[in-house]
Amino acid sequence: METIHADVVIVGAGGAGLRAAIAIAETDPSLEIALISKVYPMRSHTCAAEGGAAGVKGADDSLEMHFNDTVSGGDWLCDQEVVEYFVSQASRELIQLEHWGCPWSREDDGSVAVRPFGGMKKKRTWYAADKSGFHILHTLFQTSLQFPSIKRYDEYFALDLLHKDGKCRGVVAMEMRSGRFFAYHAPAVIMASGGAGQVFPFTTNGAVKTGDGMAMAYRAGIPLKDMEFVQYHPTGLPGTGILLTEGCRGEGGILVNKNGYRYLQDYGMGPETPIGSPVLKTMELGPRDRLSQAFWHEQKKGNTVETPWGHSVLLDMRHLGEKKINERLPLVRELASSYVGHDPVKEPVPVRPVIHFMMGGIDTNLNGETQMPGLFAIGETACSGLHGANRLGSNSLTDLLVSGKRSADRASAYAKETGRSEDNPTLRAQAEDIVGNVRGLLQRSGGGETTAGVRREMRDSLESGAGIYRDEKGAQATCDKVAELHERFQGIEVNDKSNVFNTDLQQLLELRNLLDVAETVAEGSLQRRESRGAHQRLDFVGRDDENFLKHSLAFREPKGRPRIEWLDVTITRSQPGVRDYSGGKDK
Amino acid sequence: MSKRTLDIEVLRYDPEQDTEPHFMSYQVPCEEDWAILDALNYIKEELDTTLAFRWSCHMMVCGSCGMMVNGEPVLTCKTFVRDLPKDVRIEPLENFPIERDLVVVLDDVMEKLQMAKPYIIRKDPPPENEEFNQPRSALYKFKQYTMCVNCMCCYSACPQYALDSSFIGPAVLALAHRYNIDSRDQGKSERLDILADHDGVWNCSFVGACSEVCPKNVDPAAALQQMKIDGAKAYWLQKLPGGKS
Amino acid sequence: MSRNPYVRPVSPTTWYMRNGRYIKYMLREVTCLLVGFYSFFLICVLAILAGGSEERWLAFLASQQNAFWLAFHVIALLFYLVYMTFDWFQLAPKAMPLQVGEQKVPPAFIVAAHYVAWAVVTALVFLLAGVF
Repeated sequence: METIHADVVIVGAGGAGLRAAIAIAETDPSLEIALISKVYPMRSHTCAAEGGAAGVKGADDSLEMHFNDTVSGGDWLCDQEVVEYFVSQASRELIQLEHWGCPWSREDDGSVAVRPFGGMKKKRTWYAADKSGFHILHTLFQTSLQFPSIKRYDEYFALDLLHKDGKCRGVVAMEMRSGRFFAYHAPAVIMASGGAGQVFPFTTNGAVKTGDGMAMAYRAGIPLKDMEFVQYHPTGLPGTGILLTEGCRGEGGILVNKNGYRYLQDYGMGPETPIGSPVLKTMELGPRDRLSQAFWHEQKKGNTVETPWGHSVLLDMRHLGEKKINERLPLVRELASSYVGHDPVKEPVPVRPVIHFMMGGIDTNLNGETQMPGLFAIGETACSGLHGANRLGSNSLTDLLVSGKRSADRASAYAKETGRSEDNPTLRAQAEDIVGNVRGLLQRSGGGETTAGVRREMRDSLESGAGIYRDEKGAQATCDKVAELHERFQGIEVNDKSNVFNTDLQQLLELRNLLDVAETVAEGSLQRRESRGAHQRLDFVGRDDENFLKHSLAFREPKGRPRIEWLDVTITRSQPGVRDYSGGKDK
Repeated sequence: MSKRTLDIEVLRYDPEQDTEPHFMSYQVPCEEDWAILDALNYIKEELDTTLAFRWSCHMMVCGSCGMMVNGEPVLTCKTFVRDLPKDVRIEPLENFPIERDLVVVLDDVMEKLQMAKPYIIRKDPPPENEEFNQPRSALYKFKQYTMCVNCMCCYSACPQYALDSSFIGPAVLALAHRYNIDSRDQGKSERLDILADHDGVWNCSFVGACSEVCPKNVDPAAALQQMKIDGAKAYWLQKLPGGKS
Repeated sequence: MSRNPYVRPVSPTTWYMRNGRYIKYMLREVTCLLVGFYSFFLICVLAILAGGSEERWLAFLASQQNAFWLAFHVIALLFYLVYMTFDWFQLAPKAMPLQVGEQKVPPAFIVAAHYVAWAVVTALVFLLAGVF
């Protein structure tokens, strides 16, 4: 095993990891950064984000309004000091990105354009047509190339954290193309490894999103927070789960059921607004949790459309016209035409809710600090309490930047204060253990289970017990199933014994991470006996602020299911109230 | 939905076992609406877990899944079963060394990316606390060149790169051009110094294959020809009295 | 260690047989031989003219009045038209894209403009040569 020393190790080279790396390189070029990613940076899943990034822009908008939208959108589970900081830094970060060359779409006067987005009271979503995440990622990646202190380790799969005396000291990773192992020693580690949508069968998330960072932190004894809050995006393509951005509705697209009826008005998001002139924060511009739940009810009522890929509703954008669709939603047009054969210019496109985002993640504070000194977490892999029980569309791309920058500043200060870590027997033994574990997986034979088989059962179980609506029985069954699959995981044999680019082994390691994440999602879904935001219980209808205005913290137990503890939500100025999406009535 | 069985030949190479690549055949029952990537995943999950290939987003933006399908470099998530004959041959991208199966070594292009200086270079500081003003007309000048997903299909199609890998190549040069013509950038001359050279744009003989195979319509061939004109202009301007050396 | 990337050989002499795209490109490139030869031919013709001997000039004209030379001129003209003119005009919009405001000028328009310019220049040459 080779040893690499750095000042800061960043795991994950998506939007958050790259932003953090640049921040460190800019502020102190003497700090050596090791940027580890299991894929080349431009493959990171930030590239798939379409709609845009939120930051107050217009003269009629204010930080206060962005704060209120985010907190009510999150059903008051947001930590409000985090939201306050986030809204205050949002536009600054987006301007920074503009200075780095991000090709934001423009208004007639040459200023950056903003579009309406779900749950937002004002137009404040900065966008680059419908490939905002793609452009943000590439801008950050390309910008990062000018800093020699950022040393990239592309296609290195991070395995587990190194820690000693309760402090994080580094990480062990495997180089995919050689099968060689590397121990990275650094006083500060920033986890920026993205979400875990792959625990579900039907997701907008790419294959890479297997919750690696969450699972590594969890195995190191750090709790995962609010894992029961999983966001369904209301408009994915049936079959593939490919995302059609909220921008479709922001630009004026409408959702209808099989009778051509705009059903959202029946679910507290009415009255109906005129077609072609969308009204902010109501109807199709309601929040994602509400829209996805409305679909569930429509399906129960038999109002959905049957397609070759299952039940759907229809997203109608025809009235936007070809010119606008080509200018603002070209990717959407290409995706819908290619994958379901419906050209949005000519016909409505079938869509259905699809797993999109984890509100939960590694428990951090505003600074991205976890409960383990030296370990930081940012972006989707973290849960700082920004998104609460339901994230508003376009807040997460901005969060990559805001949390990336803030945490980078803290991590570099911490690294300088702590100094380079010495190689020592404890850490060496730990690294050997981690590697031995992986070698063990590779050499295992017999057992009769397959990665694909166990993974499929896990996903199906998560969908049935931790989907849009949950109940005690279903969630309990999922907890039991995941525990069973943990056992059966031991019986999976890796057929591929090669050291070179062994994706059979990689998928098994990813499955181990997915199972760890899955058990926290299931346990949270079981133990949160209320309905809030994206977590809806059929047997506990309505929010219960008395008992559950709290974050759940899932701790790993050496044997058996995770232990859940509860942590108070930080409220600074907005007391829990009613989420009103009936158009213009709230202040 | 109707199923269709394809006979898929995949080029396999495990450096620890094989001295050279060889084909393996799989019969794959495909759904009619599948992309060929779905068929590869079917092989991986159901028939042969040892097959190695890169993929992630399955929506044409991450650029991981570039491969040769029946001789053409394509994104496999964007190449549909409905458009393919019964016999399909999948190989790793041409013009790159094969690491393993369908996975190629991309080091060369990743290193060249650095040469393009693909970031905004400023001589004057940017506006304070606000964005640059950039009319849509200025944005649309370079927008198409920002669409590259680095799938490397263009390198695979370029005979010039095949014959002489010192050629910087289509995607990287197109990216340099993207920054050269961005109204916010002031680094054009710095880039041309490096790129308007023999290994740069002048190694391109305008075969145009890069643009024909580009899955995102970036049209790198166009960018290169424009850079040739820019490079030639800069060269002659230097020769003029008062021109900088 | 265990890595051993495999480099597929590329034949320096037959690479262009790999696909039709390359063959077409090579065809375009080999026309340079014809172009080169025709340029040389024209220089020779100019030399005869510059020599000032009417006799030699008439002899030269007479030498061209047979099937071989006629065929040669027709083929040369076709190559000039198809490859040097049509092909290059076709590629012109890539090298010289035009944008008016936010709209890209359609490539067909740029190609057409080249043909117009070509016609004008030809007419001018004819005019100078006293054809009209």
